[in-house]
Amino acid sequence: MIDKPIVDQLDQVFILLERWIVSFLPAGWQAVASVVLNVVAIIAVFPALFAIAVLLERKGLGRMQNRLGPNRVGPFGLFQPIADGLKSLTKEDIVPISADPVVHFLAPVFLVVVVFMGYAVLPMGRNMTLVKMDAGLLFYFAMGASTELSVFMAGWSSRNKYSLLGAMRAVAQMISYEVPLLMSSVAVVMITGSLSLEKIVAAQNQYSYGLPHWYIFTPWGFAGFALFAVAATAETNRSPFDLPEGESELVAGYFTEYSGFKFAEFFLGEYVGMLSISGLGATLFLGGWSAPLAILGWVPSWIWFFGKVMLSICVFIWLRGTLPRLRQDQLMNFAWKFVLPLTLLNLMVAAMWRFLGEGWERWVICSAVLLIAYVAMGRIGMRHGHIGTRKYRYAE
Amino acid sequence: MSIVFYIVAALAVGGALAAVLLKNTVHCALALTIAFAGIALLFLQLDAQFAGFAQILVYIGAVAILVVFAILLTRGSETPKDGVYGRKWPLGLVIAAAVFSDLAWAVLQSARVLPHEAISAPTVTVLQIGNALIGRYVLPLEIIALLLTAALIGAVIVAMHEKEAGK
Amino acid sequence: MTPLMSYLLVAALLFAIGLAGALTRRNAILVLIGIELMLNAANLNLIAFWRYGPHPESLTGMMFAIFSIAVAAAEAAVGLGLVISIHRHARTTDLDAINRMKG
Repeated sequence: MIDKPIVDQLDQVFILLERWIVSFLPAGWQAVASVVLNVVAIIAVFPALFAIAVLLERKGLGRMQNRLGPNRVGPFGLFQPIADGLKSLTKEDIVPISADPVVHFLAPVFLVVVVFMGYAVLPMGRNMTLVKMDAGLLFYFAMGASTELSVFMAGWSSRNKYSLLGAMRAVAQMISYEVPLLMSSVAVVMITGSLSLEKIVAAQNQYSYGLPHWYIFTPWGFAGFALFAVAATAETNRSPFDLPEGESELVAGYFTEYSGFKFAEFFLGEYVGMLSISGLGATLFLGGWSAPLAILGWVPSWIWFFGKVMLSICVFIWLRGTLPRLRQDQLMNFAWKFVLPLTLLNLMVAAMWRFLGEGWERWVICSAVLLIAYVAMGRIGMRHGHIGTRKYRYAE
Repeated sequence: MSIVFYIVAALAVGGALAAVLLKNTVHCALALTIAFAGIALLFLQLDAQFAGFAQILVYIGAVAILVVFAILLTRGSETPKDGVYGRKWPLGLVIAAAVFSDLAWAVLQSARVLPHEAISAPTVTVLQIGNALIGRYVLPLEIIALLLTAALIGAVIVAMHEKEAGK
Repeated sequence: MTPLMSYLLVAALLFAIGLAGALTRRNAILVLIGIELMLNAANLNLIAFWRYGPHPESLTGMMFAIFSIAVAAAEAAVGLGLVISIHRHARTTDLDAINRMKG
């Protein structure tokens, strides 16, 4: 069998590395240095994952659309992110003459700052959380809510009709899908009994018959994960909810007037946000850093976490390549009339799950309730029987 | 008082001053967001983590966006021709200065009755807040639920387009 | 100057600035911004007294502040709905121009 201490050391390798580096400094500086080292690690790792995700997206989308992705730069196009980075850094920075210079400059900076703050509470491995907060999930959602303001700042400061339209659509979409995002997470909080992300992962890190207690393997968890995934796709403005930034719709939506490095900042912010919310989904529903089978517990915990995050990114790319775009009113209808009622019902089903006690009855009852609700709302509730001439409403 | 308190307080007060003095309405709304962030940081300094994060989530994530949308829908970004201050603005300034001097005098005078010794930081867990909400404060909780529902329905009805008669 | 006094002075300053904004600006939305600043100043007062008061473990101040945040959000929503509705009718948000009930 594999030597246990070596397995544990591999699991905690980053913690041990950090302690070793910090031990060289005098005692007064050690706390500050440890925090700075952790922050630098996050700022280094996640943009690297961003580069991998961008490459994966371009190659993956290309293959799904029956073409090769970029394949000129480096073997199989592997150095494409470097070429992209160099291009964005050296492009001329054009600011429209009627744009608001201060707000125009601050919008991408604000986005990047706020998006990186969300990583402070994600447990990336055993004992590998930057800040262990009692209300960690609340902090994450507070940071997520602030991204909408940067989108609006970008759209308004460009003094461009299309940017403003894109920004208002994007903000309306993000606000609408924020409620289902929070509500589907509240079911997890209710069952775990804590807002702290470490406790949520610890509650899922148990195994019975070799299978884990991940929340996605319960009826309410599965429905919750599906609703969370839909809301997360809409929150990060990814296809099929990418009307605010679709190229065929609004040029580039709220970042039409951005060029060069500022566009790269927006791009970085969007993808890092996607990685962040995948990390949250993995923590809440997929067990965070815990292994899928009890016998695989020897693999380091951070490998499982990053594996789950990259798997979610692949699913995002898959969705983008497959589904057509939703129209704005279809998007909003979907949010308020389908996803939100289902999340509220999911909350009640999670409560039923908790109070029905162990046994097979709760599986049957909870699954039945959710299936009936889904079919009733999806098939019957979302039917639009009215087909005729379309009535237009103009903005004043 | 630590340097952090002075920086954060300067941020909050500076944001508030900018929100009240600037000419462009959207800049005022963004300065208001900075003031909210400063106040949330002050809450975090006072060991009220739940209140601080709730402040960010509700005020910056919702109220600031609401204000910004209202400015856009009412064409507030165009500069008005009569200037941005009302007709009787010196009177308003005098009243505000009087209120501030009154409050500051009250605070400074009561230095001998306010606690001097530093009290240890209370550890407030979300569990305690949840227990308090369902236990001692359940009536305000239910009333807030009713209030928010009424406000939601009311805001939609107030701002809704009225259907023309005869259509 | 005890820590509590500095927080109270900051809250008083914010309150006065909010009041000045609500009383001097012409645009109705800026009056609402002033009101939100006043509510925030009151919340800061509540939390400061909770922290430096005799019984912080009974959570009274924190609860009060949380309910105040909820009420302020509801009031902002309804107030801004009213402003939008008035703009639709009177085509302006200038408070010096909408000072009559006629029209």
